[in-house]
Amino acid sequence: MFRNQYDTDVTTWSPQGRLFQVEYAMEAVKQGSACVGLCSRTHAVLAAVNKPASELSSYQRKVFRVAEHAGVALAGLTADGRVLSRFLRNECINHSFVYEAPLPISRLALKLADKAQVCTQRSWKRPYGVGLLVAGLDESGAHLYYNCPSGNYFEYQAFAIGSRSQAAKTFLERRFQGYKDYTPEQLIKDALSAIKETLQGEKLSSSNCTVAIVGRKDDGTIEPFEMIGAARIQELIDSMEVAEEAPAEASSMQEEERGSEDAAAPMDI
Amino acid sequence: MARFDPYENNGGTCVAVAGADYCVVAADTRLSVGYSILSRDHSKIAQLADKCVLASSGFQGDIKALQKALAAKELIYEHNNNKKMSCPAMAQLLSNTLYYKRFFPYYTFNVLAGLDTQGKGCVFTYDAVGSYERTGYSAQGTGSALMMPVLDNQLKSLVLSYCQLRTFNTKLLLVQDAVTPLSESDAVDLVKDVFASATERDIYTGDRLEIVVINSSGTHRECIELRKD
Repeated sequence: MFRNQYDTDVTTWSPQGRLFQVEYAMEAVKQGSACVGLCSRTHAVLAAVNKPASELSSYQRKVFRVAEHAGVALAGLTADGRVLSRFLRNECINHSFVYEAPLPISRLALKLADKAQVCTQRSWKRPYGVGLLVAGLDESGAHLYYNCPSGNYFEYQAFAIGSRSQAAKTFLERRFQGYKDYTPEQLIKDALSAIKETLQGEKLSSSNCTVAIVGRKDDGTIEPFEMIGAARIQELIDSMEVAEEAPAEASSMQEEERGSEDAAAPMDI
Repeated sequence: MARFDPYENNGGTCVAVAGADYCVVAADTRLSVGYSILSRDHSKIAQLADKCVLASSGFQGDIKALQKALAAKELIYEHNNNKKMSCPAMAQLLSNTLYYKRFFPYYTFNVLAGLDTQGKGCVFTYDAVGSYERTGYSAQGTGSALMMPVLDNQLKSLVLSYCQLRTFNTKLLLVQDAVTPLSESDAVDLVKDVFASATERDIYTGDRLEIVVINSSGTHRECIELRKD
């Protein structure tokens, strides 16, 4: 009831202690098309749904490489996201220049969060309307962070943001316990499955999703942040579909056996 | 009246030779100051992009700073253009970066070399404030005055006549076609000879020679020993 009185300015508190403008910015994130992120001990994967604005246009880029060891996927106002990606790229370059070492992901997420917080405490600014999944590799392994427009950030084993992301989150909640030891391929497949959950009916193909991976191989060499090619994604999607059909056949065979046992039982009596 | 001198010449020489489909870049690995040797094992060659290599001699502090600045700018270019910088693009960037400090220059004598967008070898030679030219071969550094005459003797008429053949009727020398018709192994041998000669008389050149060959299959590095006196 009081929302309308206290939501004009980002610098106005509500009587319940809420900043409505910031909450409205988080709403913008929920309206954007979905992205998911997952990480294991050594690899981090980001995936996004490609939704074109119209039949005639191309889809908006939602996954950006920020440095050789890090990248982001975003949901919400992609223009804000583009500007933030440019900021993150600059921060990574400046850090490498001064320290001759890659910027640790926790520091990257912190810089982004501090930048977002500024916009929640200036009357002449507005919060960034984009949520970012920041994934990358540093000395302590692979990490995934989620940065809110509010300036909060959290580390995750796996997360999904954007529209219909709850379906993906439910999928990830069931499976994330094992992610620490997953191979890169397993991670990618789970990312694709999570994306599939958000599509709800629409067929998953390499043309409606983008997947990127970064990590450290067993021999210690770095696999730099890179988008996975469409052909490879299609291969993985196809192999996932084959795997789904095989257990379906096995379970239908089991039902037939059970049926014949029931038929046998009366004769025993 | 003691005044802080911001510069120091750490010596050394760099050479590059462009071929039809390869490029040879070489530099010695001696780092000196005055009559002392600071290191016998210091590389003057930096890889800026996959087909682009910078060899610099002069003040090592400025060389390091220049290499870092260029690497950062190259990364920004990659982010904005979704591709690595080509050698001619890097050549212009280097020139601009040097001239930016026209009134407190980078004390660096550079040779930028690699393959251009058509896969032909290219060599760009610079002065300390960014004046540059695409040539078929160049030497910069303390031994350059000893090497350039030899390179001119071996390569200049070849380059000129090669170009004149390719420009048919016009007498205009197209600088883009400034490459030597030498084979890759001949160019490497020439570079080794020329360094051996310069090492004899230039006190700042010697110890070891680092040779980098860039061609369509990538970048190949080789080191050979030079006189250590």
